[in-house]
Parts: sequence; structure tokens; C-alpha cells
Amino acid sequence: MAEEVLLMKGNEAISHAAIRCGCDGYFGYPITPQSEILETLALVKPWETTGMVVLQAESEVASINMVYGGAGAGKMVMTSSSSPGISLMQEGLSYIAGAELPCLVVNVQRGGPGLGTIQPSQSDYFQSCKGGGHGDYHLIVLAPNSVQEMADFVGLAFDLAFKYRNPAMILADGVIGQMMEKVVLPPVRPRRTEQELIEQCPWATVGKPKNRKPNIITSLELKPEAMEIINLRIQAKYRQCEAEEVRYEEIDCDDAEYLIVAFGSCARIAQKSMEIARAEGIKVGMLRPITLWPFPTKIIAEYAKKVKGILSVELNAGQMVEDIRLAVEGKVPVEFFGRLGGIVPDPDEVVEALKSKIIK
Amino acid sequence: MKEEILISGFGGQGVLSMGKILAYSGLMEGKEVTWMPAYGPEQRGGTANVTVIISDEKISSPILSSYDTAIILNQPSLDKFESKVKKGGVLIYDGYGIINPPTRTDISIYQIDAMDAANEMKNSKVFNMIVLGGLLKIRPVVTLDNVKRGLEKTLPARHHNLIPVNEQAILKGMEIIKEVENK
Repeated sequence: MAEEVLLMKGNEAISHAAIRCGCDGYFGYPITPQSEILETLALVKPWETTGMVVLQAESEVASINMVYGGAGAGKMVMTSSSSPGISLMQEGLSYIAGAELPCLVVNVQRGGPGLGTIQPSQSDYFQSCKGGGHGDYHLIVLAPNSVQEMADFVGLAFDLAFKYRNPAMILADGVIGQMMEKVVLPPVRPRRTEQELIEQCPWATVGKPKNRKPNIITSLELKPEAMEIINLRIQAKYRQCEAEEVRYEEIDCDDAEYLIVAFGSCARIAQKSMEIARAEGIKVGMLRPITLWPFPTKIIAEYAKKVKGILSVELNAGQMVEDIRLAVEGKVPVEFFGRLGGIVPDPDEVVEALKSKIIK
Repeated sequence: MKEEILISGFGGQGVLSMGKILAYSGLMEGKEVTWMPAYGPEQRGGTANVTVIISDEKISSPILSSYDTAIILNQPSLDKFESKVKKGGVLIYDGYGIINPPTRTDISIYQIDAMDAANEMKNSKVFNMIVLGGLLKIRPVVTLDNVKRGLEKTLPARHHNLIPVNEQAILKGMEIIKEVENK
């Protein structure tokens, strides 16, 4: 049978994908522009079918700590929010990373700082990729640019989170969350049985059998010597993640003289800008980071040897551009174009920026 | 084939659902579609708009600066979007409440008095379907059959008895849309 093609919002795709991926629990608090995630779960009622728990918590702080608890028991758990709500979760995220637990956090970004606007933005790049909470940790950050990727990245994020025992984030924005597009939902994976969980997560607190020591979930270690060893182990995990998990897409790069780097919704807009620029004879290609952390540093360094200039296009004041410059090491000019506070640029504006800042 | 359509009017006129039916109809034809609403606070009583793209090819940006076709259902929308229609494109507007009609001469302009027609049909809810009918007459981007299938997908089963009246409204729209002499 052919796969069923559906039409839905990115937010709805997240919910349906979570149920189909065998997610055990969702804990969240509504906030625009991602409220459809909780709404869709409430509508579909997965607790009646797969047994997945869906709970509207009293706050974002409660949500992330419920996730912490579920993750400690080896459960496949998630939360979602938008920028201000994600800020409230930073302490919990640091604890979850410190306790080395897997979970999924979806951030459908809106314009900031503060309560900001409800319109699309990418101004949480620093917070997501550089560790918004305290301590030396990273989230594994995936940036979908379509409703299909919203659906596909749920399973991928859980797989990565469990592989590295580290929180993973889907970093979307209001465009990807609110837009309806065609989507084929991922295949159904049944929820893990208790027995499968015990086999796959020997670290989880599932009730202690007589033949092993207790599993302790904590991020506290008062002896600095021991804490350094924990930190070194976490860092070694991150180096492996950087070596194995970088994902990106190259679009029309073969003959490119100029390169646009953009992610998420901005990559869609910039792709339209490329169509316009190419129609004018400008040879421009695009590199779209799919993992924002780990960042596609090596491939960007390769392009720095081939192209005449790189333009970073973002819905913020210039955040990812710093990582591009680190990768390029001054070999070619790297410039930035962005709009702030929930304004999404016209494709024409990006073409203008390409001409005025890079081609000159 | 690629059609970039803007629909803009007051919140509550059925702007978003009309876009949704159009997008579903495109899906039924096996086309690529995007439906991107302006989801801001302006939907409450102010203007609401949605961009629908129907294409044979994969769609890049769901957000556009200019459109092949603009469907304009109130004066604020006309003021904002008349200039955003591509040269040679189509502007369809409902005359109800329009004080300053469109003035461009490099596009095709059509008027559809859908508000009056809906009142005549004693069913203000079919207003958006009359407008959709008008659009399909001028730009047959999807077939009527697929619109019916799109309606079946968007309407909950308990409202499927309303499909015939919606179909009637579409046919009415096809009948009453008229070109405005502007060249």
C-alpha cells in the first residue's frame, strides 16, 4: 500500500510522529506558536491507544522536571514550548544533561528577548547550541525546514538522545510550526515493554533487582576530582557526537561562486532568493545545517576554499554567523543578513543583501 | 505549473478555511502545496491572511513578497496587497465595503460581489466558497471534483451534508465574477 500523504501543520506533525515513535510521555504547557502540539495530543488521546501519558503541567519548570523524572526511569519522554518557556526550562536541561539522561525538547521559536512577539524567529540559536543552562554541556540540536522534517526528526532526536544519553532539541520556529504542508508520517514503532527498557537502559531506575547495585540518577558530585572525570566522560561523548552525527544539505553548490548558509524556515526563504539570483545569472549555492550542534564546521571550511564569499541568513541579529566565521578562519569574507523580532525577510531582501554585502 | 495565491480579509470571513480547502484540493491533485497563515493577533477582528502555493515542483519559500493571484476581501487588505500582485497577475476583490477600488492597469482585475450573493442565498457562511468559485473560474488551479474531495477532507463527517450547498456556492461564484475594465 502506498504511504498516505497527509496535509498538516508542523506542530501537528510533531505530535503524530511522537505517538508513532513509541513516545512514553509528553509534559508541557501551552504557548504560541506551538500550542497545537499539546492540543493535537489531547485530541488524538494516545493514552487510550499506545498508553502514552499526556499531561498539561502547571508550568514549564514543572514540565521539564517531569521530563527529568520520566527520563531517569528510562522512558522516552518529551516536552515542547516556545522561547520564553524554554528559558524557564534551562535549569532542568542542565540537570538532565548532567545526569546524562535522554529526552526530547521541541522549541518553536518566537521573537525575543523577554516575552517578545509570537512571530517566527531564530534568536535562540545561542541558547540552544551554546548551552543555555549552566555547566559544560551541549544539546543535540536538529533544525527542521519542513513539516516532513518535523515528523522525521522526532524519531531521529529520540534515537540520538538515547545513543548519547543526552537531551536532544528540535529547534523550529513559528513558520515551520504553523505552516501546513504534505507529510508522510513515520512508521509505527510500538512503545518499549518494561523488559525491553530494562535491557536497553541498564542505567535506568526501574526498581532494583537483588543482583546489582542501585542505579542513582544525579548531577551532584561534591568531590571535584570525581566531577572532573564525569565532565571528561561527557566531553568524550560530545567529541564522538561531533565526529558521527553532523548532518547538512547542499543545494546547487556544484558550480557555486557564493554560498548562503541558512537553517530552518530561513533556508526555505533563502532558497527562493537563490532561485531569483540564479535567474539573474548569479552562481549561488546553499549549505543548510540540519544539526546546529554538532555544527557542520568541516564542510563549511571546505567551501571556504572554493567560494568567493559566504552570507549567513538568520532570523536574529547574527548568531550562527559566529560559528561560520570560526569554521572559515578568515579565508573568505563572511557576512550576515537577518531580520529581528519576528519579522521574516522577503526573498528579494536576501538577494539584495547578497549583492550589497558579498558580490559588491 | 506553479500558482502563488494570497487570500486576505477580515478574521471570521473564512479566509484561512478557504485557503485550507484550496490546499487540500491541490493535495488531491498530487501537487506540492504550502499553506502559511499570518497567525498573529491581527486575526482577532482585524485582517487575516494566508498564502497558498500549489505547484508541480517542490516549493521553496512558503512566504512571498509578490503573488500571481490575490484575493482581497476588505479595504485594509486591498491597501496592503494591491501593489504585491505580480505584473500580469490577477486581483479578485469583493466590492462590499470597498471605498477605494484597485487602480493598477498592469494586472487583470475581477470583482465578485460574494457578500451580496451569500446574503441572497440566506447563508453568510458560504461567502468564502462563492469567492473560491470565482477564483476557480478565472484560475482553474484545481478541478471542481478535487475541491469536493478537499471539502470531504476538511469538513468533519457530521457536516458532510453541507457539501452540496458549498458546491452550489462555488457554482454561484463562477457565475457572478466579472472582469473590471482597467486597461
